[in-house]
Amino acid sequence: MATNSHALYGEADPATLGGYDEPPPRMGFFTDTSVCIGCKACEVACKEWNAIPEDGLVFTGMSYDNSEGLGADTWRHVAFIEQRKPLAMQDPGVQHEDVDVLALASQGSGTPPEQARITPTTPGEPGQMRWLMASDVCKHCTHAACLDVCPTGSLFRTEFGTVVVQEDICNGCGYCIPACPYGVIDQRQEDGRAWKCTLCYDRLSGGMEPACAKACPTDSIQFGPLDELRERARGRVDQLVEAGETGARLYGEDPHDGVGGDGAFFLLMDEPEVYGFPPDPVVTTRDLPAMWRCVGAAALTLAATAAASFAGAMFGRRP
Amino acid sequence: MSDSEVTRQGLRGTRPDREALIGVAAGRDGEQPPGGDTEFTSYYGRPVINSPVWESPDIPGYLFLGGLAGAASLLASGADLTRRPELARVAKAGAFGGAALSVAALVHDLGKPGRFLNMLRVFKVTSPMSVGSWLLAGFTPLAGISTVSAWTGRAPRWGATATAGAAALGPAVAAYTAALVSDTAVPAWHDGYREMPFVFVGSGATAAGGLGLLAAPAAQAAPARNMATFGVATELTSGQWMEHRLGMVAEPYSSGRSGRYMRAGKVLSVVGLAGALLGRGNRLVNALSGATLLAASAATRWGVFHAGTASADDPKYTVVPQRERLRRGEQARSGDAHTAPPDRTH
Repeated sequence: MATNSHALYGEADPATLGGYDEPPPRMGFFTDTSVCIGCKACEVACKEWNAIPEDGLVFTGMSYDNSEGLGADTWRHVAFIEQRKPLAMQDPGVQHEDVDVLALASQGSGTPPEQARITPTTPGEPGQMRWLMASDVCKHCTHAACLDVCPTGSLFRTEFGTVVVQEDICNGCGYCIPACPYGVIDQRQEDGRAWKCTLCYDRLSGGMEPACAKACPTDSIQFGPLDELRERARGRVDQLVEAGETGARLYGEDPHDGVGGDGAFFLLMDEPEVYGFPPDPVVTTRDLPAMWRCVGAAALTLAATAAASFAGAMFGRRP
Repeated sequence: MSDSEVTRQGLRGTRPDREALIGVAAGRDGEQPPGGDTEFTSYYGRPVINSPVWESPDIPGYLFLGGLAGAASLLASGADLTRRPELARVAKAGAFGGAALSVAALVHDLGKPGRFLNMLRVFKVTSPMSVGSWLLAGFTPLAGISTVSAWTGRAPRWGATATAGAAALGPAVAAYTAALVSDTAVPAWHDGYREMPFVFVGSGATAAGGLGLLAAPAAQAAPARNMATFGVATELTSGQWMEHRLGMVAEPYSSGRSGRYMRAGKVLSVVGLAGALLGRGNRLVNALSGATLLAASAATRWGVFHAGTASADDPKYTVVPQRERLRRGEQARSGDAHTAPPDRTH
């Protein structure tokens, strides 16, 4: 049972756990949100390469985010967060609350620059405004709940340590969907099956990097062997903190966290929940041995009670 | 729209309201407040986890019928052993009908119903749905043979063996669905994993007892009444304990649509049980009480189902307990640092 428990949580190499003898290095994503410019090239590249159907063209009013979140037809999702918080070493200069622009306008356009309160080169009082952008994706957990609970074996672990759905096996039972602690995998309404990021398993097998990483113009999405990415990410956090961005932190990089570390981890500028991430996700199957013990106890209780019900009826008959 | 007027002399009338507020001005860092008093942050109030795509009545019905079937198989076996043929026939039919309809509900809820046999492609102990599929695959034919034999009088030896076999699997059939719902990231389900199996077997016993009272003659209904008594007691006490232990995550069990189902379940349980205990011997009162108990069991399952989806849909139930867990972890660590003996700190 001890080895079984180890398979359900803690630090591990997922490909080895999955039965591969000599797997290639575990591959993953490091998404450095500090350099994300919100261009959504990753969203587009992902849709194009994976031939994901259109899933509604809506206006959400959530800043520039109109894809809302990860789902069956959104495998990369760029989040936009507008905050009244300072961005280290930067002066966005957008605070003009004390300026009556209409009064200024009434002066006409002939104000000499020295009298003008605002010009392109004198942007007024320094204010506080930052715009966070982050490209979210399947985390390819070390201990993946979706894979554990899949009753058909449709979800499987690849030799790269990633988690992929075999669409010709999936029968659409939907169990993986509430099992995911990150809200990644979802059911496609049109065909009933569950879909999610494959970390471009097809491209990886052909020696190419995933489409989103390939398309990212700022290298916010970095693809590579997980060990290398983790090292690079730690260096980047130190760099940002040194530059005064004390809110920078890694998310999903720790192999000792509740899911044994993510194959796709992030550098965030604020608390995870600000981006829609769970602050402390734990793979649900960590508690499964305890669940089965409780189920066993309840089943025995029911059996004992059935016996007692008939025994009681016997006494009832002959008081 | 504002009715202010922009002129060369400046603005006349009221200033337009700014609706697209950001940051502190919009409260909670710009996201839409999801309601409730608990302070937490989320991404525009959107859920963190994806809500189950399971639908009502399929899945709550599947939970209810599975519980009924499992407990009824025990009632059937006991009735055989204590020579209560009428009760046995009713309970066997309940076990088979419950299991068959339960499987039908599960298949109907699949995104690809034609592929339901893929459930039996592998056996995975990490997937309660896989374990349950195999349990039902064993249980349903046994309950079927047992029922056909009891109602036609044919192959009594096969019938007896099948009845015993079904009863051996029955407790597991009644209980495994608790692991099925708990083995998810849905807060109201996962966090209740200790009590959920007892709520579910209690609910199953209530339903099977109710069926016995409803359909068996009064002279043979005593074990069914006992089973229903146990069922109601277990369901109510374990449910109460679960709500107490879960704290804020238990809110959906007492509020909203799920709360109404849970309350209906409690009231119907108590009413049905009172009728069963006070109206002993009266066929009509027995039947009414039995029907009430069946409804009580179903209401509880619907309540648990909807409580789960409600807790998944509100990010509060995911974020707040996890934040609290992190805070406690940090406290424990800093506590350790203070109390650690000096020789352990390098």
